[in-house]
Amino acid sequence: MRSFQKRLSDFDARGVRVVAISNDPVDVNRDHRQQMGFSFPILSDKKGEAARRYDVLHAAGGPAGEDIARPAEFLVDSAGTVRWVNLTKSAVVRATPEDVLRAIDHGRDAARK
Amino acid sequence: MKRSWNWRIWAGFLLVVAGLVSFVPVFAQFPATRDFPWVNLLLFAAGLALLGLGLAKAYRHPERYRGRVIGPILSVLSLAGVAFFCFGIFYVARQLPASAAAPQVGQKAPDFTLPDGDGKPVALADLLAPSTSAAKPGGVLLIFYRGHW
Repeated sequence: MRSFQKRLSDFDARGVRVVAISNDPVDVNRDHRQQMGFSFPILSDKKGEAARRYDVLHAAGGPAGEDIARPAEFLVDSAGTVRWVNLTKSAVVRATPEDVLRAIDHGRDAARK
Repeated sequence: MKRSWNWRIWAGFLLVVAGLVSFVPVFAQFPATRDFPWVNLLLFAAGLALLGLGLAKAYRHPERYRGRVIGPILSVLSLAGVAFFCFGIFYVARQLPASAAAPQVGQKAPDFTLPDGDGKPVALADLLAPSTSAAKPGGVLLIFYRGHW
């Protein structure tokens, strides 16, 4: 997410908002944002409602056996339609901002044609 | 004749330890060294090679080199450490749910309303509200992550 913060201006330039979601409580997210200097919001999905709707809930995947979200990225266009999805096979491999920016630009070029 | 210190064994062990402790705080921070942990694997390879060299000297020339006791101990510890690392990265980290029912490209993104860092509720619809310019593609990137441990 640090890498997304570094490229945030590129997302801003495309009108795409970056939002992170985890099962952490609100105060943890507030401290995490301050500590890391993240200017995008972090939403608290304490009960895993959003994770369930997106089928990215990792039951008992947390350090103390709690339900967490598996790493996953969804690009949603302004009409609310999913335009790009990344469901990683490994928790240590995530999408890079460059991957997502390419997907955004590719989608825009396709729409123009 | 005084037997000389077998530095290779210790240097090899230290390289393996460096490979183990550096992943999370250093190399996992950069996609280039995290997605495939090549720096750590190189550290392990160099460390194990030095250990092997040190062991060979200790056993072939016990009259000149020390390390016939500490060498095998540090080697076993190193191999266990490398095995633990590889198990974590190449097995445990891949034990993720299949997410077969996740929304696919072209489908409607499921709505949600969740509190942000200030406790203010944010809905997907709010995030999709028109951006500044119609020329921009607009939209939202949702990043689900495992949380801040």
